[in-house]
Amino acid sequence: MIPVFEVRDLQKHFGGLVVTRHVSLAMAPGDRIALIGPNGAGKTTFVNLVTGQLRPDGGQVRLNGEDITRLSPTARVRRGLVRTFQVTRLFLDMTPEEHVALAILQRDGRSGRMLGSYLGMAEVTAEAAGILATLGLSPVAGEKVREIAYGQQRLLEMALALALRPKVLLLDEPAAGVPHSDTRLIEDALAQLPADLAVLMIEHDMDFVFRFARRVVVLAAGEPIFDGTPAEVARDPRVRAAYLGSYGDASGIP
Amino acid sequence: MSALDLSPPLPQRRGAPMARDFVLLGAILAVGAIGYVLFPNNLALFTRIIALMLLVLSLDLVTGFCGIATLGQATLFGAGAYAAGIAASRYGITEPLAMLGIGAAGGALAGAISSAVILRGHGLAQLVLSIAIVQLAHEAANKASAITGGSDGLSGIAPAALFGLFPFDLWGRTAFFLGLGVLVAVVFVLRQLVRSPFGMLCRGIKEDPVRIRAMGASVYPTLLKMYVVSGAVAGLGGGLSAVSTRVVGLDSLSFGLSAEALVMLVLGGTGNLVGALLGTLVVVWFEDLVSAINPFHWLTLEGVLLVAVVLFAPRGLTGIAGQLRRRLGGRRSS
Repeated sequence: MIPVFEVRDLQKHFGGLVVTRHVSLAMAPGDRIALIGPNGAGKTTFVNLVTGQLRPDGGQVRLNGEDITRLSPTARVRRGLVRTFQVTRLFLDMTPEEHVALAILQRDGRSGRMLGSYLGMAEVTAEAAGILATLGLSPVAGEKVREIAYGQQRLLEMALALALRPKVLLLDEPAAGVPHSDTRLIEDALAQLPADLAVLMIEHDMDFVFRFARRVVVLAAGEPIFDGTPAEVARDPRVRAAYLGSYGDASGIP
Repeated sequence: MSALDLSPPLPQRRGAPMARDFVLLGAILAVGAIGYVLFPNNLALFTRIIALMLLVLSLDLVTGFCGIATLGQATLFGAGAYAAGIAASRYGITEPLAMLGIGAAGGALAGAISSAVILRGHGLAQLVLSIAIVQLAHEAANKASAITGGSDGLSGIAPAALFGLFPFDLWGRTAFFLGLGVLVAVVFVLRQLVRSPFGMLCRGIKEDPVRIRAMGASVYPTLLKMYVVSGAVAGLGGGLSAVSTRVVGLDSLSFGLSAEALVMLVLGGTGNLVGALLGTLVVVWFEDLVSAINPFHWLTLEGVLLVAVVLFAPRGLTGIAGQLRRRLGGRRSS
């Protein structure tokens, strides 16, 4: 079977500093993988290589069997590789409904239409309402984004991604900056992601990772040092060593 | 997710925007009618205001809606004015609507060309590029005096009667009504444009182009399209100016006019089209009024007005109106 998403021997260095070395990863539809690693392990670089913000020095990124290594970031999105941002990037003067409607229109190739509001397109408003409802955002659908809570903004990031109907979803620290009392909302949203969607999450919060992922990949110094189930990762001496080296204790690992 | 989501339905907004459009168009016509009745000797000034409104509207499209910093918008206005003027004086195309069409096409073309340069930069670099563009265009028009009339201006523009029925009279009635009709049509079309999917895309680009790209949309082609639309609107203004004044001068293609247009836009308020109209009306009317009262210090007074507005109402006159509305609305609901 062809993996829906595959990274083969990805490499990147800035000058003499190797930040990604021989990273390979394959995902099937429905996978829930978490990519973890201490600060400076190369997680952000990995995301940027995969989404096309950075050009790799070697290796391949493949989506549905197609080599997309040389494609622009927008072309990758159109093919179904969608990301969310670690720090929310939203349009503060627009409403959640407008955000999602714009994403739907863009997905359908209608975002260039110069006449007629989306409000007149019943199928768009209905789909937007549906997506917002799934994520519990209906009560604030008509508010300006600058006026809604940060946790809700994080959910809207996810709503935007889902409206694009991705095949592979990259979640870059989806709970970053959310008060601990609200992380539950994010977890609920994650639990409801489409079953056939391949999800790769980059995350710091270990508790969060262990509840979400069925497979964990640990990156250290640009290299994958572990690939296995959440239960195994906690026992792995190399992982402990990597985190020890970076934090001085292994308290982050249960 | 839960019963929570069955709570408040979306506020009813459908249908309302269109109604607001017609209120706005009605207001424009009403102001025009009042001006016509009360100041029948000032129609030439009103037509000039309308031409400038088109310029400032076009600036609002790129600056207010797309966040492009430009001090070269008069390039598009001047291109329209010269295109219409040259078509009339050198090629005998004197049908006024055809002249306006040629003006719009000239402006659109200038928009496409200048945006190819301006969109390469960001922020301050973009601003400097836009100034360079308008200076280059100004100098080109100055040097090509065989076609443009150079610093003497382009004359010999004699528009034919509108629809073959209404000649452009000494009082400027025909030009005024033509201008008013064009303005109403343009405002109506632009109101639809800014709330279309394309308009939303532009507003998104203004706030965060990175996010727009992460949605799979392309930034550059979208901005280029908006620049062409903006050029057509500014070109219409230039064409109207050529038709109504029968001359085209180098000042229509100047840095000074570009800067003035930006002042009008900031004073009126950006990103809502109404501010562009209001700002132009207030500045030109204020200029006219104050320069009549005190011909020596009117520029000083205009400077004072601008400083006051920017300090006390950084979002312009429409920003003040919005604040008032919110305050009143808040009181009503509490």
